[in-house]
Amino acid sequence: MNSTFDISAIVAVLATVMTITRASAVHALLYLTVSLLAVALVFFVLGAPFAAALEVIIYAGAIMILFVFVIMMLNIGDVAADLERAWLTPSMWIGPSFLAVLLAVELCVVVAAGGYGHRAGSVVDARAVGVALVGTYMLAVELASFLLLAGLVAAFHLGRSMTRAD
Amino acid sequence: MNHSNEIAIGFSNIVFGLAFLMVAASLLTWVERRLLGFWQDRYGPNRAGPFGVLQVVADGIKLLFKQDWIPPFADRTVFVIAPAISMITVMLAFAVIPVTPAIGIIGNLNVGLLYFLAMSSLGVYAVVLAGWSSNNKYALLGGMRAAAQMVSYEVFMGLSLVGVVMLAGSYNLTAIVHSQQHLWYVVPQFIGFAVFFLGGLAETHRLPFDLPEGENELGAGFHTEYSGMKFGMFFIGEYIGIILISAFTTVLFLGGWYGPILPPFLWFALKTGVLVAFFVLLRAALPRPRYDQFMAFGWKLMLPLTLINIIATGAVMLFWSTS
Repeated sequence: MNSTFDISAIVAVLATVMTITRASAVHALLYLTVSLLAVALVFFVLGAPFAAALEVIIYAGAIMILFVFVIMMLNIGDVAADLERAWLTPSMWIGPSFLAVLLAVELCVVVAAGGYGHRAGSVVDARAVGVALVGTYMLAVELASFLLLAGLVAAFHLGRSMTRAD
Repeated sequence: MNHSNEIAIGFSNIVFGLAFLMVAASLLTWVERRLLGFWQDRYGPNRAGPFGVLQVVADGIKLLFKQDWIPPFADRTVFVIAPAISMITVMLAFAVIPVTPAIGIIGNLNVGLLYFLAMSSLGVYAVVLAGWSSNNKYALLGGMRAAAQMVSYEVFMGLSLVGVVMLAGSYNLTAIVHSQQHLWYVVPQFIGFAVFFLGGLAETHRLPFDLPEGENELGAGFHTEYSGMKFGMFFIGEYIGIILISAFTTVLFLGGWYGPILPPFLWFALKTGVLVAFFVLLRAALPRPRYDQFMAFGWKLMLPLTLINIIATGAVMLFWSTS
């Protein structure tokens, strides 16, 4: 169980690094998907199978697909990749690298101190998540649904005016 | 039972399951052609071996000896990965199916149903990436249609199962089958059953919903540039997908392994087989709708229908629990 956690955590970090450094947008998105799948495995190992399944269904299976879909629609080819390569100059890396190194040092210190033993004790199943959502966090869920409804109406409105202009 | 024994049983379940699945899927290519022939008053492949069964072997050999060509303008890595994703995701989804109480790999997974939905949503990548990496406009159009079609129909497929989950009170597939001992969910959840099956048809992009590869408008759609065994993987992946949707419909709506007299495994195989034959019959009987009709049908009919189904199920359950 520990090695599963460690391997998936390492995969998640490596895949995220690849996401940032790829010049081709689709390749970057694929690495991001791998990273999300690794995070889902981390959730699973930590005792949250429901969150793990939702991570795969919603993030990897729906949101990332939409990203890939949009990139396909735009059909940006090698030109965009070259542009991206030109933007990623060495001086660009100084700031982010400094912050990342800080985090890496922190991680090393925590691991060396053996302070990451807080693996979840109990498994949080779907029922517990549901009870928490419509019980304790009712207000947050309702607010989120307001937001989604507003988004839906806005999308509908934008779609309508586009067809009228035709 | 000790630990190594459990591992051995699990391993043999996996190996036999995969072998059975591959043989069944390749045989299905022949079964489909014979059934289509039967329904269209012709013979179908009947020359190689008894009843033409060896046609499967002939097709396999032919595919292996075809030139496996990668177009120079394609994105090599993604082009190679895409067919693999198509097969891996459908085969992984079989892991959670409880065929009988004894046969099954992780049939007791507490989020089994969500695991299936997760795998089927990852399956979209295969088609989308194949369409994108081929760098061909027909393939791209096919990939885009596939993405829109599969992402939308996934929504209804997931929602159509909410009624089952509410009645069974669990995402665990074994528990769902157990709760159908007396009444199959196809009776109280008929709308869910119909929507799930149509959604499954769209997910496997089978005729009449094979718009991503509609040959009269898109060449071969997303797999236009594929040849040899890579095409074979998409092809077999589609047939495994048919078995997958049929097996899940059996588990969720037709009482899984339950049935009188016959042993559980035979009941499961029989129900799945009938559904597979129904898949073929739909292909033989129905014309392909236009793409916009198909999407409108989904969002304007299937979505409201599933939502009404959920509300009605909830209302009935509430009524029963209070009265």
